[in-house]
Amino acid sequence: MENPNSPATLSRGAYLRRSLAVAGDGMLRAFNTNKTSWVGLGLFLLVALIALLAPWIAPYDPLDQNVLNRLKPPSAEHWFGTDYYGRDTLSRIMWGARISLTIGILAIGAALVIGSVIGLIAGYLGGRADIIIMQIMDVLLAFPSLILGLIVVAMLGPSVANLVIAIALTSIPPFARIARAPTIAVKNREFIEAGRALGYSDTRLMFGHILPNIAPEILVMGSLWLATAIRVEASLAFVGLGVSPPTATWGGMIREGFENILDSFWLALFPSIVILIVVFALNLLGDGLRDALDPRLRGEG
Amino acid sequence: MTAFVLKRLGFAVITLFAVLTIVFFIVRILPGDPAMAILGDQASQEALIALRQRLGLDQPLILQYFDFLRGVMVGDWGVSLVSGRPVIQEIGKVLPATLELTLASLVLGAVVGIPLGVWSAVKRNKLPDYITRMASLLGLSFPAFVSAVLLLLVFAIHLRWFPVISSGQGSTLGERLQNLALPAINLGLIMAAYITRVTRSAMLEVLNQDYVRTAHAKGLAFATIIRRHCMRNAMIPVVTVVGLYLGILIGNSVLTEIVFNRPGLGKLIIGALNQRDYTMLQGMMVIYTLIVVLVNLLTDLTYGLIDPRIKY
Repeated sequence: MENPNSPATLSRGAYLRRSLAVAGDGMLRAFNTNKTSWVGLGLFLLVALIALLAPWIAPYDPLDQNVLNRLKPPSAEHWFGTDYYGRDTLSRIMWGARISLTIGILAIGAALVIGSVIGLIAGYLGGRADIIIMQIMDVLLAFPSLILGLIVVAMLGPSVANLVIAIALTSIPPFARIARAPTIAVKNREFIEAGRALGYSDTRLMFGHILPNIAPEILVMGSLWLATAIRVEASLAFVGLGVSPPTATWGGMIREGFENILDSFWLALFPSIVILIVVFALNLLGDGLRDALDPRLRGEG
Repeated sequence: MTAFVLKRLGFAVITLFAVLTIVFFIVRILPGDPAMAILGDQASQEALIALRQRLGLDQPLILQYFDFLRGVMVGDWGVSLVSGRPVIQEIGKVLPATLELTLASLVLGAVVGIPLGVWSAVKRNKLPDYITRMASLLGLSFPAFVSAVLLLLVFAIHLRWFPVISSGQGSTLGERLQNLALPAINLGLIMAAYITRVTRSAMLEVLNQDYVRTAHAKGLAFATIIRRHCMRNAMIPVVTVVGLYLGILIGNSVLTEIVFNRPGLGKLIIGALNQRDYTMLQGMMVIYTLIVVLVNLLTDLTYGLIDPRIKY
C-alpha cells in the first residue's frame, strides 16, 4: 500500500501547496517574533493602497496646471501646496507613488527571480561553476550600483521599462549571494539525499525542495532591496534620469522643489518625507524579519 | 608579509581587469549608438561616420577592447568630447575634492558609529539599544539627496550657519572647512548609521565568547574588557562591511555633491551624462573601478593590522 503523503504520490497541485506552506510557515513565524515588522508592513501597505487608489482619491489631476495658483503654500484647498506650474503637490505625491512602487516592485521581482536562480544553481552545483558564477557576481557587486544605474538609464533612455532594467541589473548579485549560502547549507540535508535516492531530477530538487526552504530568507532580502530600489529610482529622478516630466515622480518633484527651495521649501519637503517613510517602512519590515529568521538570534530578543 | 601583499596585489589586478571588462561590455551591449547619442537624430551620415571613426567605434569590438585596456594602463583615457581636454586631467582636477569629502565622512561615520554600536550591543534589548537601532535604521533609509536637501533647508537656509551654495574649495582653511561641513555631515551620518549596525552585531557575536566570560571572571574592569577583548575582535567584520559599503558611499557622494553644488566626481559624471560626453563617462568608470579595487585591497591589508592571527 502506498503512503498517500509520500512526495512521490503527491499531485502537482498538492505538491505546490505544500511547498508554499513550508515557505509561508517560516514567514509567519518570523513576523510573530518581531513585532516591528508588522508596523513596517502596515505603513508600506498604506502607501501601496494610496498608490493603487490614486486616480480616485487624489484631490486634483496631477498634471493640471494653474498659473494663477503657482507656488502656493499648504492650505485647506491644497494640503501640501502647489508647485511652479500650480499643480497640486498632494495629488502628485499620490500619483508618484504609483511610479515608485511599480518600478521598485518590478525591478526587485525580476532581480529576485534571476538572482535566486543564479545563486541556487551556483550553490547546488558547487565546484568550479560556483566559483566562476560567484566571482562574476562579486565583481558586479563591487561596482557602485548608482553609477551603473545612471549609465544604463542614460544609454537606454529614461522610461519605466528601462528604469526597471537598470535597477534590476544592479540588484541581481545580492540575490545570487543570498540564495547561494542557504542552498549550500540545505543541499546535504537528509531530505535532499532522500529525494536524490528516489531518483528526482536536479531541477526538481532545486526548485521543489531547496527553494521552499530558502524562500523566506530571499523574500526578506526582497523587502530590504525594494527599499533600496525605491531609493535608487528617486535618486535617478533627482539627477534628471527618472521617468520624464511632466509625469509625477517623487525624485523629480524634489528636483523641481529644490530649484525653488529658497522661497517654497515645502515643494521639496513633502516628497522627501514620503520617500523616507516608504523606505523606512520597508527597512523596518525586512530588518525585523531578518533578525527573526537568523538562527543565531532565534529565541532571543 | 611581502608574499601576502603581492598575492593580494595580484588578485586586485585580476579584479580590476574583470570589472573593466564587464563595464566595457555592458556599455557596448546596450542598444543605442553613442555617435547618434552625441550628435542627435538629425546628424548627417558623414558626421556620424566621422565621429565613429574618431571614437574608434568603427573598429571590431575586440580591438576596441584591447585599445581601451592599453589606454587605461598608459594613462591615455581619451579626450573629453565637451571640453577637449584629456579626461585624466579633468578627473585629476576634481578627484581631491571628492576624496576629501568621502574621507571626512568615513571618519565622522566611524567616530559616531563605532561607539554607538558598542553601546547598543552592551545595552542589548534595553532602551538605549532600541533607540539606537531605530535611529540607525532611519538613518540608512535616507536617500542621500533627501537628507542633503533637509540639512540645507535647516542649517543653510533657515539658520544660516553655512553657505547655501558652497563654492567648492575656498581660499582659507576656515572657508574650506565651512564648505566641507554640511556635505561631510550628510554623508557621514548615513555612514554612521551603517557602521552602528555592523558594530552592534559584531559586538553581540563577540560578547558571547568564552574568553569574554573568562575576562569578567578574572575581575577585569568592564571598560578594559570592551576595549581590549571585544572591540579588537569585533573590528574585523566592521572593516569588511565598511569596505563593502564603498559603493553606497560613492553613490551617495554623487548625490551630495549635486545638492551642495560641490565640485567633484559626482558633478563631473552628471555633467558628462547630460552632455553625452562618452569618453569622459568611460574614464569615470575606470576611475570608479580603480577606487573600488584599491579600497578592497586596503581592506584586506587592514585585517592584518587589526588581527595578528592573519599571517602574512
